[in-house]
Parts: sequence; C-alpha cells; structure tokens
Amino acid sequence: MPISPGGTFFSNLLTASLLLVGHICGAETHHVGEGFGLASIKQAIHASAKGDTILVHGGFYKEGNIILDKSVSLIGLDMPVLDGQKKFEVLSIKADSVLVSGFKVQFSGRASLDDPGGIKVYDSKYVRIIGNHLYDNFFGIYLQYSQHCVVKDNIIEAFGREEQEIGNGIHCWKCEDLQIIANTITGHRDGIYFEFVYRSIAWRNISSDNIRYGLHFMFSNDDAYITNIFRRNGAGVAVMFTKNVKMYNNTFIDNWGDAATGLLLKEISDSYLFNNRFVRNTSGIFMEGTNRIRIEKNIFKGNGWGMKIQASCSASDILHNNFIGNTFDIGTNGSLVLNTFDGNFWDKYEGYDLNKDKVGDVPYRPLSVFSVIVEQNPPAMLLYRSFIVTLLDRSERLIPTLTPDNFIDNIPRMNALPL
Amino acid sequence: MFNKIQKFIFSDILKNRIVLAYTLLLAILSWSVFSIEDDGNKGVLTLLNIILLTTPLVSIIFTAIYLYNSSEFIELLLSQPIKRGKIWTGLFLGLFSSLAVAFIIGAGVPIMFFVQGSIGLILIGSGVMITGIFVSLGFLCTILTRDKARGIGISILLWLFFSLLFDGLVLFLLFQFADYPIEKVMVGVSALNPIDLARIFIILQLDVSAMLGYTGAIFKDFFGTGFGAIIGFVLMCLWAVIPFMVSRRMFIHKDL
Repeated sequence: MPISPGGTFFSNLLTASLLLVGHICGAETHHVGEGFGLASIKQAIHASAKGDTILVHGGFYKEGNIILDKSVSLIGLDMPVLDGQKKFEVLSIKADSVLVSGFKVQFSGRASLDDPGGIKVYDSKYVRIIGNHLYDNFFGIYLQYSQHCVVKDNIIEAFGREEQEIGNGIHCWKCEDLQIIANTITGHRDGIYFEFVYRSIAWRNISSDNIRYGLHFMFSNDDAYITNIFRRNGAGVAVMFTKNVKMYNNTFIDNWGDAATGLLLKEISDSYLFNNRFVRNTSGIFMEGTNRIRIEKNIFKGNGWGMKIQASCSASDILHNNFIGNTFDIGTNGSLVLNTFDGNFWDKYEGYDLNKDKVGDVPYRPLSVFSVIVEQNPPAMLLYRSFIVTLLDRSERLIPTLTPDNFIDNIPRMNALPL
Repeated sequence: MFNKIQKFIFSDILKNRIVLAYTLLLAILSWSVFSIEDDGNKGVLTLLNIILLTTPLVSIIFTAIYLYNSSEFIELLLSQPIKRGKIWTGLFLGLFSSLAVAFIIGAGVPIMFFVQGSIGLILIGSGVMITGIFVSLGFLCTILTRDKARGIGISILLWLFFSLLFDGLVLFLLFQFADYPIEKVMVGVSALNPIDLARIFIILQLDVSAMLGYTGAIFKDFFGTGFGAIIGFVLMCLWAVIPFMVSRRMFIHKDL
C-alpha cells in the first residue's frame, strides 16, 4: 500500500521521534518507499551504517537478490512485499545482529544447486527474523553456519507437490543456539529441518501438511522440541542419529498413510520424551536402534500401532503412558526385549485389582500375537479383522507361546493417567 | 405361478420367528455398536465383524432347515403342472429376498443412519450379497443329502470353513511361501472366499487400509479401480449363482 508524500501528522511525528532516537544513539533511520527519499531497499542498505534502522513502507519491491551485509534492522511497515520473481534468492543476510521483521517475502528462485531461500542467513550471529510472511518460496528461511539466531512468529507457506521440487520451511545447517519459536509452516518438503544443529530449541511451532516430514533432524545433539504441533505431514516427524534430545508436550496428529509414522526415532540415545500426544497416526512411534531413552507420560490414542519397537532398541523405558484405542498397542520384529514397559495404562487390559491399589494384579502382555505374525509376514495383514485372528489373539492371551515372555507390563494401571 | 410361489414363501418366512429374531438381533447389535463407538468408521469395522459372522451362519442354516421342513410342501408343488426349475428358483428367490429384507431392516437402517457416504451402501450391498451367497450354498447342501441332520451338518461345516478354516489355510500358505512374492497370488486366493472378499473390499474403503501396507496397496490397485470393483462384484455374483445353478440342475434330475 503506497503512502502519499507528506503523510499524516502522526506518521510525521513517528518519523520525527524515530529520527530523534536515531540521532541520540548515533544511528540513523532510513525510509524506503514511494515519496520517502529512497526508492529501493538496496540503496538504503548502501547508504546505511552499522546500527541503522531501515524502515520499508508498504509497497511492492522487485529488486532481485537483496544482500544485507550490514548490521542493521530492516523493518517493514504495512507488510511490504519482496518479490523474487521465481528467479532470485530474495533476501541474503551476511552480517551479524540483523533484524528482519514485517515483510511478505515471496516467489524465490528455484534451484537445487545453490538452494535459494526466501530469507537465507550466511555465517552470522544474533540474527532475528520475526513476524514475516513467506509465501511460495523454494526454501522458506534458511540458516547456515549461524549462531544465536531467533526465528519467530513467521508464517511460512508453499505449495509443493513433489519432494524434489521444493525445499524446507525452516532449514538449519551447521548452526548452534537457535530459537525457532511460534512459526507456522505448511506445504514445504520438511517443515523444520535441522542438520548438525546443536543446543537449539523449537518451541510452539505448527508444522502441518508438509510433503515429507513435519520436523526432520539429523546429527543434532542437545536440542529440545517443546509444545509443537505436527499435523498431517506426509511421513510425520523423523529424528535420526542424535543424542540427548528432549521432546515435551508435542502433538503428533493425523500422520496417516502407508509409510507415515507420528514420530520416527532412529539411532537416538539418551533422550527423553515427556507428555507428548500421538493421535491417529499409522504408527505413533517407530523406534529403531535407540539406546537409553525414556518415554514417559505420553498419550497414544487411535493409532494403527501405538509404538513399533524394533528389537535393536535397548535400555529404553516406556513408563506411565496411556494407550487408548490403538489397533495394536505395540509391534516388534524380534523376540529380544531389552526395554521395560511398566506402569502404563492399556485399554485392552482385562485383569483385575483385588487389593484396590489401582494396579492390575495380573501382568499385561501388550504384544498381540497377530502383530507378531504381521511383523514376520506383512501380507498376513490381509487377515486383519478376520475371525481367526480374534481367536488366535484370545488363545495367546491365555497361554502365551509365540510372543516373547519378557514383553510384559508387570504393574499395569487400572485407570488412565490424567494427562 | 412362479411369482406366487415366491410371494408365498416370502410372506411365510417374514412371519417366521427365527427371521424376526434375526432381524431384531441385527438391529440391536448395529444400534448398540453405533451408539458405543463415537467414530463412524470404527463402528463400521466392528459391525463388519459381526455381519461377516452372523449373516452367513443364519443364511445357510436357516435355508437348510427351511428346505428340509418344507419338503412335503415341495412334493405337493411337484404334483402340480409346474416345471421343477421354476419351483426351485421360486424357493431361492423367496428365501433370499426375505433374508435380505431382514438384513436391510436390521442392519441396513442403522448403517444408513450413522454412516455417511458410499461406505454405508457398500456395507449393506456386501451384506445382501453374502446373504445371497450363503442361501445359495444352503440350497446346495440340502440337495446333496436327503438326511436332515447330515445336510445341516454340511452347512455348518461350510460356514466354519469359509469364516475360519479358510483364513487358517491362508495363514498357513503365507508362512509356507513367505520367501516368494505372493501378494498378487493372494488377490486370487482371496477371491475363493466370499467372506474374505467382502471384508477386504470394505476395509479398503476405510482409513485403516493404510495399515495393510504393501499387500494392501496391491489389493487397492486391483479392487480400488472401477474395473477391479466390477470384477469383485461379478465374483460375488458368481458365488451366489453357481452353487444355486448346480443345486437346481441336481433338483431337476433328482428322483424324489
């Protein structure tokens, strides 16, 4: 929206006060926009010095690749549009302590060699990207070799159809100490992607309807994921080759499809999952090669498989969770069990509690014989819901022969935990 | 004359206490399933199990008992100038239509009430098909032997075979040939059992089909298409028609 020259009394006042503040601090404020002296953002960056503020007024800026190589604050008023014409990387940040806020960044170029992004941060520290709207870019926000950056309150949307035709929503590579907060990401390849990212946090993000994973991270130690929502992503969330991960209060919902899992844990060690919700996923958690992880007080509800725990997992504790309305609570591919399952609530439990201590007196075996059969012989899934399967499961419950002996919850709860 | 036999049997069976009880049973089961399960899709799955168990059993055994009990009536009809084939067809249509009506009233109404979209119609359609198939098998059982106990025994065995033993055989085959790519063969094998055919066909319509994995995908490739659906329908029809035609042929040539 172009603002007429002169403006109103109030905008003059605002400008004046900003100028005043600028003068006091020794930093200047530059205005960009029709009738504001500078017509292009590039000119303003060229004219500015470290610590300056560039205010970009509403309008349409088609300037190719804007390189922000000075420590300035770039602030959009009335959501100015930065357009990459599907040819250029829109905004490249190559300086520390930059603030980018209030822009609509759209139509970045598409290239798989140099991965252009809507906003891309190169080797910088203390960059803040706050409150922008990224629309139909190849990569949304891309950070590489950067530290102490904040990506907050951004709306990132794209309309990818094939994995190879689109990049990730928030892509972080070789970064440290990032804060990814309250962003909304849809339609990218992976919603949030971490690779070699350490000591970082993703908090209150909503990642939905992405083609591959809602969240994908590899080789990223000491990170925390708190209160995020991952919904209807092609294959859920994947966490691989990482140690010391904390996942609290996240919701994994409606990740439903042939190859989808709510949460895929592969080669994870020393991690902690607490109070997450897994609802209506083909499998809630798929675990492979995990060591020493603790899964506590989570809800597994209405999944195909609550958890699939491969025999390669060891020393993992699955404690005090609620398993409600899953087709199979647990699936596994072998007879080796090196994990413990204690104090969970299983809605399929049929035991009794004579001494009224709210713990079932009979141990519960969460592994149904049909899930064992299916794991050994996937086509047997054809017999799903057939009479013989019900019969087999019943008889196995009474006299376990095929299921591993130690796959057992010794203290099953009678009532669901109030989570 | 043909219509009269059919009409007579139809009204006779509708007044039958067992059929009334069957209707009532289906109605109670369906209504309670849908009021317990808040999710319509899950209700369909639960109901599917019940329908695939009770409908074949009731259809085949009721048919056998009814045919044995009305042997005198059939002999009386044979003394009239009516063709044997017409009598047998009339009996079949009468039995099938009355049991189908019982099913539609008992289970169809609640399904229509609670399940949106085409799944409900498919569920009702396959219930009716299953009824037809097992009535037809009942005709075959009764014509095979004159002895009532043996005939009913055979029909119970047939029901047991299709709803339990066949799946056991399938499981056995799956493990015997686990090293071979037998997914496509399984499409053919499942066609040999109408109950399996109906069950898989309905599961493929539901979300849970994702759990069927690779095999499910092959089934979906086949039965999910219009062509596959038509093949499935034709197979079910064949299951209803062939046993009946065989029994009709035997009835025509039989020395009563």
